[in-house]
Amino acid sequence: MRRFLANVLPPAAVVALALAAWEAVVRLRHIPEYLLPGPLRIAAALRDDWPLLYPSLLQTLAVTGEALLAAAVLGGGLAVLLIQAKWIERSLFPFAVILQVTPLVAIAPLLLIWVKDVRFALVLCAFLVAFFPVAANTTLGLQSADHHLLDLMRLYGASRWKVLRYIRLPSALPYFLGGLRISGGLALIGAVVAEFVAGTGGAASGLAYRILEAGYTLAIPRMFAALALLAGSGVLLYALLSGVSYLVLRRWHESAVRREASSASPAG
Amino acid sequence: MLPAPGPEPVVRLRQVTKRFAGGIEALAGLDLIVGPGELLALLGPSGCGKSTALRLMAGLAAPTTGSVERRLPDPHAVGFVFQEPTLMPWATVERNVALPLKLLGLPRPEIRRRVGERLERLGLGGFARAYPRQLSGGMRMRVSIARALAVRPRLLLLDEPFAALDEITRWRLNDELLDLWRSESLAIVFVTHSVYESAYLATRIAVLSARPGRIVGEIAVDAPVPRGPEYRGSEAYLRTCRAVSARLAEALGEGGGP
Repeated sequence: MRRFLANVLPPAAVVALALAAWEAVVRLRHIPEYLLPGPLRIAAALRDDWPLLYPSLLQTLAVTGEALLAAAVLGGGLAVLLIQAKWIERSLFPFAVILQVTPLVAIAPLLLIWVKDVRFALVLCAFLVAFFPVAANTTLGLQSADHHLLDLMRLYGASRWKVLRYIRLPSALPYFLGGLRISGGLALIGAVVAEFVAGTGGAASGLAYRILEAGYTLAIPRMFAALALLAGSGVLLYALLSGVSYLVLRRWHESAVRREASSASPAG
Repeated sequence: MLPAPGPEPVVRLRQVTKRFAGGIEALAGLDLIVGPGELLALLGPSGCGKSTALRLMAGLAAPTTGSVERRLPDPHAVGFVFQEPTLMPWATVERNVALPLKLLGLPRPEIRRRVGERLERLGLGGFARAYPRQLSGGMRMRVSIARALAVRPRLLLLDEPFAALDEITRWRLNDELLDLWRSESLAIVFVTHSVYESAYLATRIAVLSARPGRIVGEIAVDAPVPRGPEYRGSEAYLRTCRAVSARLAEALGEGGGP
């Protein structure tokens, strides 16, 4: 409990201080709320506009989640395909890189024209930015398997499938999870960018549309409220993926193993 | 089957050369016979191709010229222990030891039985559910040896298995290896650069020249096994060490060294 407090109290205090300073500056300098609302005003907007913001939040999160899931499955799948042969990697990897380096805002309009279903186009856009870290990291992980373990597999005549299942996939797991953590944030950004470009109205509108709309109507506190929701979602997503990573790896991987000052290990 | 004292070798290397893609010649004209039930040490300076010779015997690499013949009841009756324990960090001790058996497609109860037996044999009984990172270096190496022995090999190959361990642990594992060798009727080839280790463990020591490696001398060690701690102080042991050291010095001299 004491350790928990020691871990949580200082950062919480710093955040509280920063918010208080913000509020103080806004009040003392009489900054109008259409330029910069204080945290209390933003909290009020969050409360008042909740019926409007909440469905948008769900919409954006759904797009993010679906894109991330697709990135995990297809990114991981592509990685497994890439390591099957050097020529496959050489011929397919450039496509992945090209997709990665092309700014999403530049291709999102095209995608929105090509794909009739706007919802699907949004997921596709978010997927395109989210999938590269998973694919690249997993490829690296699959290739980083201990070569002596691979020798051992050869010694006992293991099939390619067994090598993948027993050695390569577990070796790649920490890399995959690391990639997924990066992809989580990127999927959210991708979803927001795509929503901006799409600018769809009506029921199926996410937080980005709320921000656009608030900008047009100078409802700046609501804009900040939507921003706060986005930032909060990003942080939560990252924490969630880090938690999953910890749970999966805690028994064996260095990144997740808790260390004590002097680790006790049985003598040999 | 008991090890026949007959001349039928387990492995025979004939005029083996090995050249790597980069042009490095690791072995040149290596002739070597490993008899059944033999405990052969391959001793040589660093980088003389000892490990390459071991990989050729395991079938993990093919010779550039020459031939490697293996006579084993089953091509998979080979155990290999690497310089590092080379365990799967994500799997428990028992699952690490079970890996070769799973690959060979043994039925599950048989796997469980053999793994339990091997863990007991190597003093790992209480650590079946432990993960490798929870074990000391010596214990990890024991797991690695248990895994190599799980397939009941007729040929056990060890590549400087104890080089990274402290002296006390190394001596204890040396004794355990001798113990295993006596009870298991298997041929052991182990690579080392330690004169003392080879003199203590081996029934025969093959000295390799500096790269490209070939055999420059063979020394039979007649002392009976088991060889307890007192053997380390015996005249016979010291004599062997001196003879081996002399050969090794010659080998280095031939290789163009100082």
